[in-house]
Amino acid sequence: MSAMLLIARRELGGYFRSMTGYVIAGLVLLIDGLLFNAFVLSAGEMYSADVLANFFYISFGTTVIASVFISMRLVAEERQTGTLVLLTSSPVHDWEIVIGKYVSAVAFLGIVTLATIYIPALVMVNGKISVGHLVSGYLGLLLVGSATLAIGVFGSALARTQVLAAIFSGVIVVSVLIAHLLARVTDRPLKEMFMALALYARHFPPFQTGTIHLRDVVYYVAVTYVALFAAVRVMEARRWK
Amino acid sequence: MIEVKGLTKYYGELAAIHDLDFSIERGEVIGFLGLNGAGKTTALKILGCVLLPTAGDVKVDGIDIARDPHEVRRRIGFLPDTPPLYNDMTVGRYLKFAAELRGVPSSESDKAIAEAEEKTATREVHDQPIFSLSHGYRQRVGVAQALVHRPKLLILDEPTSGLDPVQIVEMRATIRALRGEHTVLLSSHILSEISQTCDRLLVIQRGEIVAQGSEQDLATRLGGGGTIEVEVAAPSARAIEVARTVTGIGECSVLHETGGVAVLSLVGSPDLRPKVVRALVQNGVDVLRIDRGAARLESIFLKLTQDKSNGRLQ
Repeated sequence: MSAMLLIARRELGGYFRSMTGYVIAGLVLLIDGLLFNAFVLSAGEMYSADVLANFFYISFGTTVIASVFISMRLVAEERQTGTLVLLTSSPVHDWEIVIGKYVSAVAFLGIVTLATIYIPALVMVNGKISVGHLVSGYLGLLLVGSATLAIGVFGSALARTQVLAAIFSGVIVVSVLIAHLLARVTDRPLKEMFMALALYARHFPPFQTGTIHLRDVVYYVAVTYVALFAAVRVMEARRWK
Repeated sequence: MIEVKGLTKYYGELAAIHDLDFSIERGEVIGFLGLNGAGKTTALKILGCVLLPTAGDVKVDGIDIARDPHEVRRRIGFLPDTPPLYNDMTVGRYLKFAAELRGVPSSESDKAIAEAEEKTATREVHDQPIFSLSHGYRQRVGVAQALVHRPKLLILDEPTSGLDPVQIVEMRATIRALRGEHTVLLSSHILSEISQTCDRLLVIQRGEIVAQGSEQDLATRLGGGGTIEVEVAAPSARAIEVARTVTGIGECSVLHETGGVAVLSLVGSPDLRPKVVRALVQNGVDVLRIDRGAARLESIFLKLTQDKSNGRLQ
């Protein structure tokens, strides 16, 4: 088995061997369920497609917040406890460490996200929704999760402690999330740039309503790539300190 | 096994180590001796390919660590000052992870783990979660992870740190058992540990090597041949008078004297012990015990670290 997969397997096991993993999973499911009940089911009559779109809107928020907490421990905790040396003194590239940890976080988030399927299933039983809409929404959540987890890995690689990692990643995620607000108060070409950077405003609503645009997929993949690339560079730079 | 030339590491303006030169032969057990902050950990981290040097050449088994760190890492087992243990894993699973990470095929990992556990006496905690281990076992599991992939070179940073006296004795035995099969480089500021475990010492102070050689070499070159401790059943003044007649014996002092029994410290090579015994006995002084001076290594170390310029030896 490659070093990257070994690291990913160990990390994924780590989520389930510690309380942290169960607490995050439990909170995501609880908050998703509560918000769905409060803002969707209590909003009066609406089409099933709109109910599903609202569910994906709520899940977008919980996915982004969960990603910050899932990823904060990945590198920072190992640096704090001194276990990172086991990886850095082994014949393993820094990119294998970063990707291995990222893959484990995506797998964990994927499992938690998949566990929310009971909500669309309830909608499906009581109304009519298309499988395409469902696939589109979950693909969107996975891509958002991938991008925010990658930002989280970068924050975790930068920080000395988990709390600092969560703060670093949180600040970056919020900055990207509210970029569209900056677009409102700026002129071209900055306006276009901020709009294109926005994590939600331009890129997620299509997934939410069942449409997959290649440009949105490319955006989330690009954010993931840039964040992971930066995380690898941080890990390499740390070898000088 | 290791060749180090001009190794230098700066943290900002501060030189943690400066222009280190030394070499280590295959199968040797080498002690890196120095006070806290002397630069031991920095040097070991560079040799363990965890940290990059600012300047200098390091070759491990003929391979340059800057050009091919991966190949070097395959040949090295590294135990940092804090053992890198995952508390949520059992010892067996942890060692399997460490072995496979270092390229041991899955089919051979069980055998490699069994060997490492046997060498470090950790077989009985194989199925135990790491968080439940005592400090002594944690340290031994740390050594086990360092040797599970059968490396040629073992780098152990303060392996007896925080252990109780019984655990220290066990750890020394573990390290001595590795001699020959592995080249071992260990660091410590505990002098007795270095003295009893290592073939050769590298004394480091303020980032520079101020002396290297065996304990005997250092004593001879620095301490005028070391010291001898002798216990006699006679007045100390008479014993000192006789001991001074032996060629090679310098300053003599009384360590303690009670009930007609005196313990003396004689400055001179331990090789002079037979001559000292003969002289004392022939002059009617009964010898109860004679030994190498117990405080010898401490005095060498203090001399070296108190005055670097006076203590520099090669």
